[in-house]
Amino acid sequence: MARIVGAITTSHVPAIGKAIARNLQEDAYWKPFFDGFPPVHRWLAQARPDVAVIFYNDHGLNFFLDKMPTFAVGAAPQYRNADEGWGIPTVPPVPGDPRLSWHLIEGLVAGDFDITTCQEMLVDHAFTIPLALLWPGSGAWPVRAVPVCINTVQYPLPSAMRCYRLGQAIGRAIESYPEDLRVVVIGTGGLSHQLDGERAGFINKAFDTEFMERLPADPLWATRYSVPELAKLTGTQGVELLMWLAARGALGGEAATVHSNYHIPISNTAAGLMLMEPRAA
Amino acid sequence: MPRQLPEIPGTTLFDGAQAMKGYALNKMCYSFNSAENRQAFLRDEDAYCARYGLNTAQREAVRRRNVLDLIAAGGNVYYLAKLAGILGLDVQDLGAQQTGMTRDAFMAKLVAAGR
Repeated sequence: MARIVGAITTSHVPAIGKAIARNLQEDAYWKPFFDGFPPVHRWLAQARPDVAVIFYNDHGLNFFLDKMPTFAVGAAPQYRNADEGWGIPTVPPVPGDPRLSWHLIEGLVAGDFDITTCQEMLVDHAFTIPLALLWPGSGAWPVRAVPVCINTVQYPLPSAMRCYRLGQAIGRAIESYPEDLRVVVIGTGGLSHQLDGERAGFINKAFDTEFMERLPADPLWATRYSVPELAKLTGTQGVELLMWLAARGALGGEAATVHSNYHIPISNTAAGLMLMEPRAA
Repeated sequence: MPRQLPEIPGTTLFDGAQAMKGYALNKMCYSFNSAENRQAFLRDEDAYCARYGLNTAQREAVRRRNVLDLIAAGGNVYYLAKLAGILGLDVQDLGAQQTGMTRDAFMAKLVAAGR
């Protein structure tokens, strides 16, 4: 049977892609951010996941406003990265696992999540930067991937509770997959930041800190807020924490933090990183 | 009727009303995923904006490189970022412009948020 070995949540700021391309990991500005990752690399070397299920939000590479799915699940043999218009270098295609994708799709629709399925899907920096952070320097990715895209472009966005439950449904589907697979779930985005409007530059360290503390043992804490309330508390792009809630949902009942890091600022963003493992109740 | 979203100072949530208002502008910005289209915009900005049917407010906001006006005209930050890329502006430049701060002051504000 397939098994979820852990969940990793991380920010996906485009500037990180540029910093990786320029080898700025030891640079004073970047070091506090990149120094968060070696413990996760060591964990991944032990956990050896076969597949990564990645919750992320598209920023106008694959989806435009002509068709904007609330939840979209990839079912492609591979996922290509492409030019997003502002010059971060593209990364090699990521292999998919269509059989697992369709199993997740079957489970989701049976569980009343009426998702969009994608047999072709370009993946943007929100998908590729976390891979580059988790498996640095790998020209060929050591995992297959299943992308799960959550709309954060156009309101109404799905609620925090809905995203958490989406994650739970995916977690149950993974655990019912007959193949012996080791699966890591990844949630990308956040934490607090706002790029647009007179409030640009908004960051809320107190909220982020509480969010990260609560996520393993009390994930429902954040679901008390509506998405507009979360935008007020965390900034317009801070709502990407929905990906973290979905990833946490996939872990199921009990979870514990193995490692975390938090640094302000990376670009305009409070950058967060968490590694959580499921714990038997 | 679309649901009324709560007021957040200095913030426009991109809802259905904004998505309808900004469709042409955002569609143009979405086209900038292609290098060929970015070159076409730089070669003849007027013709490129006309091809996407920008209204007067949108055309004027693009002409003035004014982010707050672009948002007021229905622009979505994720698509506008692609226009900013053509113009060589990063998100610190955008933040400085929208808050009326210098770039250095804006960056200092970000650092201060971490204390």
